This record gives sequence, C-alpha cells and structure tokens, in this order.
Amino acid sequence: MNINQIMETVKMLDHEKLDIRTLTMGISLLDCCDFDGKKSRQRIYDKIMRNAGNLVKVGEDLELEYGVPIINKRISVTPISLIAGASQDENYVEYAIMLDKIAMELGINFIGGFSALIQKGYTTGDHRLISSIPEAMRVTERVCSSVCVASSKVGINMDGVREMGQIIKEAARLTSDRDGLGCAKIVVFANAVEDNPFMAGAFHGVSEPECTLNVGISGPGTVKVALEKVRGEDFGVVAEVIKKTAFKITRMGQLVGMEAAKRLNVPFGIVDLSLAPTPAIGDSVARILEEMGLEVCGTHGTTAALAMLNDAVKKGGIMASGCVGGLSGAFIPVSEDEGMIEAVEKGALNIEKLEAMTCVCSVGLDMIAIPGDTPAETISAIIADECAIGMINNKTTATRLIPAPGKKVGDSVEFGGLLGRAPIMKVSEFSSVDFINRGGRIPAPIHSFKN
Amino acid sequence: MKAVLTVIGKDKVGIIANVSNLLFEKNANILDINQTIMKEFFTMVMLVELSNINISLKELNDKLMEKGKILKVSIKMQHEDVFNSMHLL
Repeated sequence: MNINQIMETVKMLDHEKLDIRTLTMGISLLDCCDFDGKKSRQRIYDKIMRNAGNLVKVGEDLELEYGVPIINKRISVTPISLIAGASQDENYVEYAIMLDKIAMELGINFIGGFSALIQKGYTTGDHRLISSIPEAMRVTERVCSSVCVASSKVGINMDGVREMGQIIKEAARLTSDRDGLGCAKIVVFANAVEDNPFMAGAFHGVSEPECTLNVGISGPGTVKVALEKVRGEDFGVVAEVIKKTAFKITRMGQLVGMEAAKRLNVPFGIVDLSLAPTPAIGDSVARILEEMGLEVCGTHGTTAALAMLNDAVKKGGIMASGCVGGLSGAFIPVSEDEGMIEAVEKGALNIEKLEAMTCVCSVGLDMIAIPGDTPAETISAIIADECAIGMINNKTTATRLIPAPGKKVGDSVEFGGLLGRAPIMKVSEFSSVDFINRGGRIPAPIHSFKN
Repeated sequence: MKAVLTVIGKDKVGIIANVSNLLFEKNANILDINQTIMKEFFTMVMLVELSNINISLKELNDKLMEKGKILKVSIKMQHEDVFNSMHLL
C-alpha cells in the first residue's frame, strides 16, 4: 500500500473528525412481556445486561486497536409500547426509569426505544406509552423516545399528530428548567426505519433478529476537505469525489462493526453511513454545501446541493458494503451543526427552507428550537407537513422540535455536548387549529400514476 | 496482529532510532519501513508484527504516545486492516 493512502487515512482521523459515531446494539424485548410490570422490567434488565454487558469494553478495545474513535455506545430496544402493553400498568414511566438505570450501569450514553408505532391507529399500550412520554423525559437522562405517526402505506394518523403536538409542549414544560431539553429526546416519524443506529430515533423493530449490532458512521469534515481539492470543477467531479469518500468511510465502519459483532457474539446488522454533524468546527454538513459554492447554507441552490450530496453518499456507501441500512444520507440537525447555526443567525436559513431540504435528505426538521409560546396545534401542523413529505416521497422524515419555554426569536438555547446550541427560529403566526382538530387519518397516497 | 505505525513531525536526528528501539524493547517485529519527507514533514510508516509483544497493546500504545511527546512528533498505531479495507477493492 502506498504511503499517500496511509497518510490520507491518518489525516481523516486526526484532522477531519472522521469517526464511528455509534455502535448500537439492537435487542429484542419481545420475550420480556409480563402481566406484572415489575417482573417485565426485571426481565428487561436481565436481558439487556446479558447481551450488552461487554458493549462498552469491546468498543474501547476496538478504538485502541484500530485507532478509530468510537464516540458513542448505545442500545436500541423493541418499542416499549409493545412490551409494556402486556402488563396491567397504566403508566409506563417506570419502564423508562429502568432503561435509564441500565444505561447508567452499562456506561452507554443513550438507549432508544421508548417508542410506539401508531401510523394506522393506537393500541391501549400505545396510548399509555405516549401519555407517559413527557414525565419519562423529565425523570430520565439517557432514554430516547420516538413515535411513528405516518407511512406511505397507510397514510398519516392525524389523531397521533395532534397528540404529539401536545406531548412535545408538555415535555418542554416539564423540562423548562433545562430549556425544554426533554424535547431533544423525542422524535416523531413518518416511515420510521427499524434498524437505525442514530439517536434519538433508534428502536429495534419487530422484524429484526433477537440481537444485532448496527454501526453508525460519520464524517462531514472528511467530505468537506475532499471537496476543497476540486474547487471550480463541475458537478460530475463533485459527485465522484463524494462517492469515493463515502466508500472509504463506509468500509472502515463496516470493518469495525463486523469485528465488534464478532466479539459480542451477535450477528452484524447494518452500516448506516450518515453525515451526522456535531457542533465542533470542521464537522458540519452546512459547510459541505457552502464548499459547493453557496455563500451561506440556506440560500437558493441549497436544496439542489443537498440532494446531490445525499445521493452521492448513498451511492458510495452501497458500493462499499452489502449491508447498508438505517437512514444513510445527510443529516441536517440545526443545533448540532455550527454551519447551520451560523446560517440561521445570519438570516439565510429559515424553517421553510429547512422543510424543502428535508424533501431530499435522509431525515427531517431536526433539533430546531422554536418560540416557547408556539401553540401545540402549530407544532402538530409542522409535524403533519413533514409526514406528508415522507409519505408522498416514500422516505423517512422525522421531526424533533423544541418549543423552548420562555424563549423568543432572537434568543438561543444551549443544550451542551452533541446536542449543541439552537437559535430560536420563527414559525408562522397564523393558526392551524381547525385543521389539526379535525383528527382522523389522512388516507394513504396512490402508488401509481406518478408524474 | 499486524499494525501500521505512522510517525509525522518535524525532522530531527534519531526519530527512527528512538521508535525502533522502543519497539525492539517490547519485542515488536518491524516487517517493513518506509520513510520520506512530505511537505517539509518527516513522515514514516512502519508495518509491525505485534503477536509476541511483552506488554499489553494499551501499554505499548501509551509508551509510543509518550515517545511521540518527547520527540515532538505524532505517532499513531492502527491495525493494518483499517487501511486495507479503506483503500483496497
């Protein structure tokens, strides 16, 4: 192997912030159901401890051997509504507390799956889980919650959309001492994927195996630096550079993921190559778009740039690995991306443009802080818009909004760590109340006659 | 396991001697070595067999970091598979 290739890898790791963002172990809890909630929670504890006891150690060993930073070790579990639904409990907060305790004991930073799938309708368990979310987010630190309210196959559950607007408001109120941090751990999905390793939306789908290891890899900085070398070249060249870079980083993710799965004695699941930014300088998706020639992310051309980036990342990743899954593409969480934050503060990026961007990238309106007095119905309406985009375009969309209590446009909230800092973004002042109060279900779209 | 050792920094007398001496002490076998000056920087790549080292991998890594600090160079040790998987089809 030539010295330049070796140095290229070393540079990616040392200076361009290439890393394995997460090793996420997916664990099925379907065999932990019990009529007695307490027994069920004990089974959950025992099972997760048995399977994931070594997760952190294996991650640390691999980090040393491969010289590749592994930032997070995480766990995703079967949506808790399905497990707790078998119990007589009427409130599921205790389940969240148990998951939090497990996360603390294992030393993992997030555990995902305090979730419900209600795209077509609610079960009793779904109702109970969703109404437990705000309190669960208040009393736990590491538990992530997600609710899927729509899919291309069945349409949008507008009752669920309405309720999630209220749930998000309530979670913000209960965590108002932390600027509404609870909402940073709640994702509302359309077309949720079952093998996503990234938080806050990870859960272990029911069609997944007993236990599996998924890996999420990232590297916006690496793509940005690679593009710096082809300034002024046409888009064919740009796409090719992104593909090649995505190929290399996916291969590294697969290597580490497969070795981790082997050592943990579980089947390897998927590699999710998602350009997931962090608030650190040089780890931004917005800066990639700007490198393509946009003065500031959010100006005209941003959607096209993001579409190309997202597609080229997928192409490179799929060539590199036979088991690409999860969300795979580019993430655009505002508070977690220093370039996006700056773009919002300059007035170049607004919620309408972000909505357009979500049509062509792998997630949705993510980590966006909005005024604390935004009505629940407006939040629901934003969720409905995102769901419509996902439903019609057969893609995953997610909404993670933080109505920061007491904050107004011009303020910002600081969550710290990977969650970053969010400037409060303006939402429409016009009402969507009557629209949201209709409830019912928006029917599934037609899947032919497309043009 | 075989590891690739990369050493990058400002050139000075004794970098190769110091690093290879440390590896010798810990019973790591140097299989290949390639050194050049890239854009004024001393750049060395070594392929090292670590199966018979007389300390743990973590300790060896710590010693190399220490040595890097003394020599004012950056030293990184990584499993060779990282490079193979990224650059070879």
